[in-house]
Amino acid sequence: MTAENNPVLNIAIFLAFVLVTLVIVFRASRNNRSAADYYAAGRSFTGPQNGIAISGDYLSAASFLGICGAIAVNGYDGFLYSIGFLVAWLVALLLVAELMRNTGKFTMADVLSFRLKQGPVRTAAAVTTLVVCFFYLLAQMAGAGGLVALLLGLNGPVAIGIVIAVVGVLMILYVLIGGMKGTTWVQIVKACLLVGGAAIMTVWVLAVNGFDFSALLQKAAETFGASQKAADAGLDGAALLAPGLQYGANPLDFVSLALALVLGTAGLPHVLMRFYTVPSAKEARRSVVWAIWIIGAFYLFTLVLGYGAAALVGPDAILAAPGGVNSAAPLLALQLGGPVLLGIISAVAFATILAVVAGLTITAATSLAHDIYASVIKKGKPEPGREVKVARWTVVGIGILAIIGGIAAQGQNVAFLVALAFAVAASANLPTILFSLFWRRFTTRGAVWSMVGGLASALILIIFSPAVSGGPTPMIPGVDFHWFPLSNPGIVSIPVGFLLGIIGTLSGPSKEDRRVAAEMEVRSMTGHGAEKASDH
Amino acid sequence: MSDSAPDRSAARGPDYEAVAASEPFQRLRRRHRGFVFPLAVLFLVWYFVYVLLAAYAHDFMATPVIGNVNLGLLLGLGQFVTTFVITMAYVRFANRRMDPEATAIRHELEEAEK
Repeated sequence: MTAENNPVLNIAIFLAFVLVTLVIVFRASRNNRSAADYYAAGRSFTGPQNGIAISGDYLSAASFLGICGAIAVNGYDGFLYSIGFLVAWLVALLLVAELMRNTGKFTMADVLSFRLKQGPVRTAAAVTTLVVCFFYLLAQMAGAGGLVALLLGLNGPVAIGIVIAVVGVLMILYVLIGGMKGTTWVQIVKACLLVGGAAIMTVWVLAVNGFDFSALLQKAAETFGASQKAADAGLDGAALLAPGLQYGANPLDFVSLALALVLGTAGLPHVLMRFYTVPSAKEARRSVVWAIWIIGAFYLFTLVLGYGAAALVGPDAILAAPGGVNSAAPLLALQLGGPVLLGIISAVAFATILAVVAGLTITAATSLAHDIYASVIKKGKPEPGREVKVARWTVVGIGILAIIGGIAAQGQNVAFLVALAFAVAASANLPTILFSLFWRRFTTRGAVWSMVGGLASALILIIFSPAVSGGPTPMIPGVDFHWFPLSNPGIVSIPVGFLLGIIGTLSGPSKEDRRVAAEMEVRSMTGHGAEKASDH
Repeated sequence: MSDSAPDRSAARGPDYEAVAASEPFQRLRRRHRGFVFPLAVLFLVWYFVYVLLAAYAHDFMATPVIGNVNLGLLLGLGQFVTTFVITMAYVRFANRRMDPEATAIRHELEEAEK
């Protein structure tokens, strides 16, 4: 496969894209002065613009490469990712987006600490934000590494390590120079390229099969039936079209993953932060609606692309490729349009990783600078200009951590890391978000118990899961210290997060200020006092 | 950061407790929760019915319907359809039934502050 690959073409297309986006970032960042400019892009984006940027943030390497690969190799069970990732947006649209936009300024912790005690709640929220961002970052970096081997024709850990470092440095530059406004424009450009590229490939795959989806499924099942993978498992081709190929032996793991996927999105800090880049709750609503349409369409494309890769490339060739299961979409591009299409698709895939990493980094940096430095350490009175400076240094620090982590996480399962980020977000963030928006009696104690308990239970169950040790493809091979039977902790840790919030609240006295609780409720419903777009 | 953070000590500013207890606000709140809570329960139940079928009823989901397109694929695509429908229904509801009243309460609060 890699013989037909053309690294020079790949690199040329990739560099052209990087140059174009850097120019955009420079142009967009000329007016970056205040904290609102740096973190929230001056709240100057329209709903549609922000909706496209949200899609850009959300459609990460896991969505494009991961889902295509999962469907190509595991068939129907891979389709669950698409459905869970999409339906999850209804939680964000109905329960979270507008109310968050009305009550917050820059971060999730702004909303959570509105009527609760600043110190403990902000610190806990910042810690969960950092953990979620870190796991998401690791997933992107690990994905980038595996891809590099295929896309640029590189081999060996040193070469891949160098490329990860280059991606990391580029990401630091993007975020340092552009802030939220530059990052948002990168997301917009990248989302258009990604959805456009996927749409072209989808039409292409359907055209090859006479626009007959059933015939495509037939061909995919036949290729699968003739593959080594099916022979090893003693399955016939039809198994690719029915559920159970991946989770048949452990259906409870399937349910646990489904729970984490549907409840994770509304707790992802880098998605929540996007609601603050628009001027009003109405624009926040419009942006989520745009995001749902774009993301929904994209996941329909991945269904065709996944089965298309199964039919035209075949599971054996995909699993044997340097990028493993993640190489299904690029290999399909190579099969359809030769090296040129592969070059374009791989440039888009790189851009996707770069842009998502930039979005995650700025979220983590904002959380540390705004929540920990400005609000907890400096008690809300930082020296002028210092807060943005701290954010910029945090970007450098997180960039370096992500580079090291990405190199160390080489070869680990990307989908597992992303699902872990979702499980942590659903266990540690979502309960507190929902309780503080909808339950007046909710207390500081309930919030801290829920966030700390949700985070701890998710992390502990992951560490002692078969995904880390003792499973078929463990992260630490050679040892077996697992006692938790599921690879995704959601089905236990998410209820733990909700229950601890309730128990913590009901077991303590209600000392919170009733007036502030009423203020939060009025503001969240009406938008009174919400920050407007800043003028330049 | 501190300048626009909610002022917790001083008694100035609108009387939020009175606003929160007022009839128009209570009506707005009831209307919002009366719409989003049942809808949230509905789509979550439908999602988990689908997930449980996919996890435990493999043969049922493998029933062919149109050519090679089986029941599982159709139910999965049904999740897409319901997501789009609920999104449109919510936007219609929020634009028509929530925004005018929320804006009216906000204007009253802004008037009182002047």
